[in-house]
Amino acid sequence: MNETTTYTGFWQESPRPGILGWLLTTDHKRIGIMYLGCIISMFIIGAVLGLALRLELIAPGPTIMGPQTYNATFTVHGIIMIFMFLIPSIPAAFGNLLLPLHIGARDVSFPKLNLLSWYCYMAGLVLVIFAMFGGGGVPDTGWTFYVPFSTQTTTNVNLAAFAAFMLGFSSILTGINFVTTVHRLRCEGMKWGRLPLFVWTLYATAWIQVLATPMIGITLVLVILERTFGAGLFDAARGGDPILFQHLFWIYSHPAVYIMILPGMGVVSEMIPTFARKPLFGYWAMALSSLAIAFAGSLVWAHHMYASGMSDLAVLVFSFLTFIVAIPSAIKVFNWISTLHKGSIELAPPMLFALAFIFNFAIGGLGGLALGAAASDIHLHDTTFVVGHFHYVMFGGGGFALFGAMHYWLPKFTGRMYNHKVAAIGWALLFVGFNITYMAMQAVGIMGMPRRYYDYLPEFHTLNLVATIGSWMLAAGLIVMFVNLWQGLRKGAPIGKNPWGGATLEWAIPSPPPLDNFGPEDPVVTKGPYEFKGVVADEY
Amino acid sequence: MSIEHRDDTGDRFGMWLFLYTEVILFSGLFILYAVSLANYPEQFSQASHKLNIYFGTVNTLVLLTSSLTIALAVSAIQMGRIKQTLILCWITVGLAIVFLINKYFEWSAEIGHGIYPGSEQLAEMGAGITVFFNLYYFTAGLHGLHVLIGATLIGVVAVMTAKGKVTSDRYVLLENSALYWHLVDLVWIFLFPLYYLIL
Repeated sequence: MNETTTYTGFWQESPRPGILGWLLTTDHKRIGIMYLGCIISMFIIGAVLGLALRLELIAPGPTIMGPQTYNATFTVHGIIMIFMFLIPSIPAAFGNLLLPLHIGARDVSFPKLNLLSWYCYMAGLVLVIFAMFGGGGVPDTGWTFYVPFSTQTTTNVNLAAFAAFMLGFSSILTGINFVTTVHRLRCEGMKWGRLPLFVWTLYATAWIQVLATPMIGITLVLVILERTFGAGLFDAARGGDPILFQHLFWIYSHPAVYIMILPGMGVVSEMIPTFARKPLFGYWAMALSSLAIAFAGSLVWAHHMYASGMSDLAVLVFSFLTFIVAIPSAIKVFNWISTLHKGSIELAPPMLFALAFIFNFAIGGLGGLALGAAASDIHLHDTTFVVGHFHYVMFGGGGFALFGAMHYWLPKFTGRMYNHKVAAIGWALLFVGFNITYMAMQAVGIMGMPRRYYDYLPEFHTLNLVATIGSWMLAAGLIVMFVNLWQGLRKGAPIGKNPWGGATLEWAIPSPPPLDNFGPEDPVVTKGPYEFKGVVADEY
Repeated sequence: MSIEHRDDTGDRFGMWLFLYTEVILFSGLFILYAVSLANYPEQFSQASHKLNIYFGTVNTLVLLTSSLTIALAVSAIQMGRIKQTLILCWITVGLAIVFLINKYFEWSAEIGHGIYPGSEQLAEMGAGITVFFNLYYFTAGLHGLHVLIGATLIGVVAVMTAKGKVTSDRYVLLENSALYWHLVDLVWIFLFPLYYLIL
């Protein structure tokens, strides 16, 4: 163990010293860490804004902010959480950290492009800050930039839209990099059937990033051009069509929710076999369902628009296709549960997050069916039920998966372990607070409370109060979790190579990994990613 | 395998993926064109006749020729003929500049007639014509931007070739730039008939 206490791996090995060693690095691990730092910072800002929104809704009437501030707050909350947290979260941070390790490569295919994508992300981040504090006022369109309002409001929509464009560019570059890496850099013996599930989901996600993101790019550019030239492409009075904007927007933005959730599913698929000490049930079904979700998810965008004006036939077709997506999603849920069946389950902190993911995702997924069915959607459209559903899948799913990934893999990259008991307390606060907040939000939505209003009728008061109290529990959980992780990863007990007993390649190399990942010899893979025979967890 | 490694197939693969994203970027505008054409078939036809077909035809010939020269440049570098490669690259860049100059005169004439996005004269011509010209300017503008980027790219690669960084056994950079240039050409091959010819 003495060796691990002094060993610092890629944190010290670098061709350049100091801060330049980070800013000019092409090492996938350092880029992943930089992404993670930015993403967590943005998450904290977004979460504070979200708490402010909940606090405003604690009672009817204006409490801490007026209507314009409320509009601006939910817009920035949405832009930060969607474009700067959820979309890059697991793929850009943990994808970069782990994809090369998982397939036995020394780096991604295009390391310089990888660094460029981080700078594109930073450019988007700076632009959003300008949009928030610039002259015109904070954008108030909602993260969806719906026309005609987005082409008429005088706030800094141009900057915010261009920020989203840059973030999209960053996402495309990551996608191109990952698809190429998976095709070209698998080590000897790493057949497609031996890829860890996390790689499969990253691969499916990367295809969505490549194929869908340009659509939001052109759409946002058109919004900016509309605002600059006043051309009227989305203005019905001048021959344009606002519904077309919605189509173009959702052609990307629906697949984008799978960019946010698929890697989370991959994370869970790694943790469940490890902590159940059993091979993943139905490997190929899990692998192919990732691709099926990516494919089917690209064909369902118009289910966001049942109330916007579409032919009945189109509503029927999109409703049907939406139900199709439920099939591969359900395959995943059932296979995770089948993996747990008769497993030797260890409730380590990452496993708690994985189980919470399954619970939250199941509720969110079933709520999605209520929204995908046209009849119930007309009732639920634009209510807080939609907001609750979205947070169930994105925060309860994607967010919890990210937290799980942090508990699971960060010790690998820092070489130190956090306190498990405190982690479990943080998890419990998060899990309970989360469900109180968003279940209350869904319930009040079913009662008919519209979303995106700072005020509401008195009959919605009780449930809103409950949701706000839940949000405080959620905040407490986040604080406990982040503080515990921060302290543990800096000062916690040193760990060996394999604290959890995982069978994928990253657990066979030192913690933290060295700059070249695998030392002088290239790895050779002779077994699948979930064959635990002979794999023993280190004591720490 | 060291961290720095060479993988020409991977580089080409990545470039093709990037070209897919470009196709989808333009496809958004083509979708808008298709829907608007269905909404205003007659006004689209009227608007199309306002365009100067000679400018479009000349530019088509210029771009097709430039695609040929860059393809020949790739063949030349494969055979190790550096001087020929350089000449062909610079001809391509020259043709790109001709294209842009031509575009400048075409647009100046149209803008001179009050036809540009957001102009009041255009709005008076009717909704369908307005949409046609909005799309015409945005699509051709985005394409023009790609011409500019592609020409810059080829110029940079030409300089690198002259410095000996692109050679007969390490030419994937030139090959990828050529692929990008063919995409610029390809977009125009669809753009030209849709706006100038078929209506």
